[in-house]
Amino acid sequence: MDFFIQLLVNGLSIGLLYGLSAMGFVMIFKSSSVLNFAHGELLAMGAFLFLVLTTWAGLPIYLAFLVTLAGSFVLGFAVERLFLRPLIGESLIFVIMLTVGLASIFKGLLLFFFGGNLHTYPEFLPAGLGVQLGNVFVPPVYVASSFIGIVFLVLFGLFFKFSPQGIFMRSVADNQTAALSLGVHVKKVFALSWAIAAMVAGMSGIVLGVINGINVHEISAIGLKVFPVVILGGLDSIGGAIIGGIIIGLLETFTCGYISPSLRDVVPYAVLVCILLVKPYGLFGLVDIERV
Amino acid sequence: MRRLRFHPCGNFKESYAQEITVFETDFGRFWLLVGLVLLFGVLPFVSSPYFLYVCNMIGIAAISALGLNILIGYTGLISLGHGAFFGVGAYAAAILATRLGLPFWVCVPAAGFVTALTGMVFGIPSGRLKGLYLTIATLAGQFIIEYILVHWESLTQGTMGIVLPEATLFGLVIDGDRPFFYVIFICLVLVTWMTKNIMRTRYGRAFIAIRDNDRAAEGMGIPIFPYKLLSFGISSFYAGFAGAIWAFYMISITSETFTLSLSVEYIAMVIIGGLGSIPGAIFGAVFITGLNEILRWFTDLFMNMGMATGFGLNMASLRELAFGLAIVLFILFEPKGLAEIWRIVRSNFRLWPFSY
Repeated sequence: MDFFIQLLVNGLSIGLLYGLSAMGFVMIFKSSSVLNFAHGELLAMGAFLFLVLTTWAGLPIYLAFLVTLAGSFVLGFAVERLFLRPLIGESLIFVIMLTVGLASIFKGLLLFFFGGNLHTYPEFLPAGLGVQLGNVFVPPVYVASSFIGIVFLVLFGLFFKFSPQGIFMRSVADNQTAALSLGVHVKKVFALSWAIAAMVAGMSGIVLGVINGINVHEISAIGLKVFPVVILGGLDSIGGAIIGGIIIGLLETFTCGYISPSLRDVVPYAVLVCILLVKPYGLFGLVDIERV
Repeated sequence: MRRLRFHPCGNFKESYAQEITVFETDFGRFWLLVGLVLLFGVLPFVSSPYFLYVCNMIGIAAISALGLNILIGYTGLISLGHGAFFGVGAYAAAILATRLGLPFWVCVPAAGFVTALTGMVFGIPSGRLKGLYLTIATLAGQFIIEYILVHWESLTQGTMGIVLPEATLFGLVIDGDRPFFYVIFICLVLVTWMTKNIMRTRYGRAFIAIRDNDRAAEGMGIPIFPYKLLSFGISSFYAGFAGAIWAFYMISITSETFTLSLSVEYIAMVIIGGLGSIPGAIFGAVFITGLNEILRWFTDLFMNMGMATGFGLNMASLRELAFGLAIVLFILFEPKGLAEIWRIVRSNFRLWPFSY
């Protein structure tokens, strides 16, 4: 039973991480329908920026966190402005390959400056955050990441529901032409959603780095794990991303614990194919049926 | 002997046959012949073994890229699993050659057919999905095939890899770079000729119709799903064929080669070369393989110059960077790829000295 609870807790926390990582991805897809293969690298950029600020520049944690968020915001904005805006209206393959190329560029840069080794942050979370559940101890990082995840989910929920920018973003996601003709500045919305998504990605990158340590290859691999998560949750649903992340996380840890550790990395993709064949719009995605 | 005609200075085509003709003038035939003579008669004898090895890699990549171009450039289905299909071909050839002891000339096409079947299985989602959903499905296919190649140990020997027997053709032993050069490039010429002609038949036209507008194609009586599967099949056949030759050329294979980054390299070839263009796929193969080799050369150079090894190691990351930059710059500035540049250069010459 303890083993089960241990797996459950692990699965939930890994799943929450996947969900957090997927959130930025969904935001980009929702407003500009770009499938972002560079998402893992955006996570890594945030994680490494935080590393530089905390260890090398020696900023206090809160300031470093805020500066990382601001830096990621600017990065996302720049990526949209420089690379994706010229491709508005181009066919899908170019947009996909552009993000693949960007992923390669970011990865090359990060490897050049930091190498492929594992880096770690200085310890900064108070140990008192850990929670004892029966015989199972939940480490402080997991508590903190769950807390951050829930806070961001609520914040984004409110942002999309009530703020004008959020409503513009939803309108663009719903129907670009209609939004344009009603006076929404679509390009500005694209830029803003990339900037916000990169900010979320930077934040998730920090959380990932705190839990697993920071390694370029591992973080960019999580960028690919995002695909099963978002397909399961629905490509354009932010809540779906969190729930999809939790389901995939649980699935991974239980397969790893009860069946075979080697299956762990392939099960999400097997699920992905099944979901695509049965219910391609996922659990919470907008059903937009086009039979071919 | 027909009269040698020059290119007309405009579009004066009067029939469909003129539109789909391969050679508009006999000059095209002439230059092709010259090119083939240079390729087979001169190149293998004047180049160093290393250059010949690079040429062989280019040839293999070109066969595979031609296949991917049929899928992406002509049918409009984006596949991120081409590298895995290449691996399936390599493993199929290796297993057929070691377990069943089949000869080289049976193994290679058989591996192609095995891969075509695999490709059609992984193309089944295209019956319901299109666009980015299909792309994600092929991404999943890539990971699933990779997993099977590593973990089906009774068949693929896992991470140990397989060592292939010597390739023989018509009683001749094929080993070393020069004999393989002939095998690879004769195959490449045949495959190019085949692709060109597939695209001139009803199948090729159906693929293009599906790419341009699938609903209109269905309305005009093209059964979309069988044609999409056929496209997956043909493209995977090319990948498997190339993979099989590659396996015999490399002698021993392991599963580490056939990762997502190989798939990405093939897509990069197709895009940098030019989507929906047969010379484009070959240009792309030359460009990407050449880029890889040049960057490897630079890396080695820096390593040997006795600079801090840390810096030399970091050069390896610059390969990734240069590769990404090449893709991004081509997409932003010349999305039609090298084939378009080639066309512009040619049309400048055609109208010389009155080009505008």
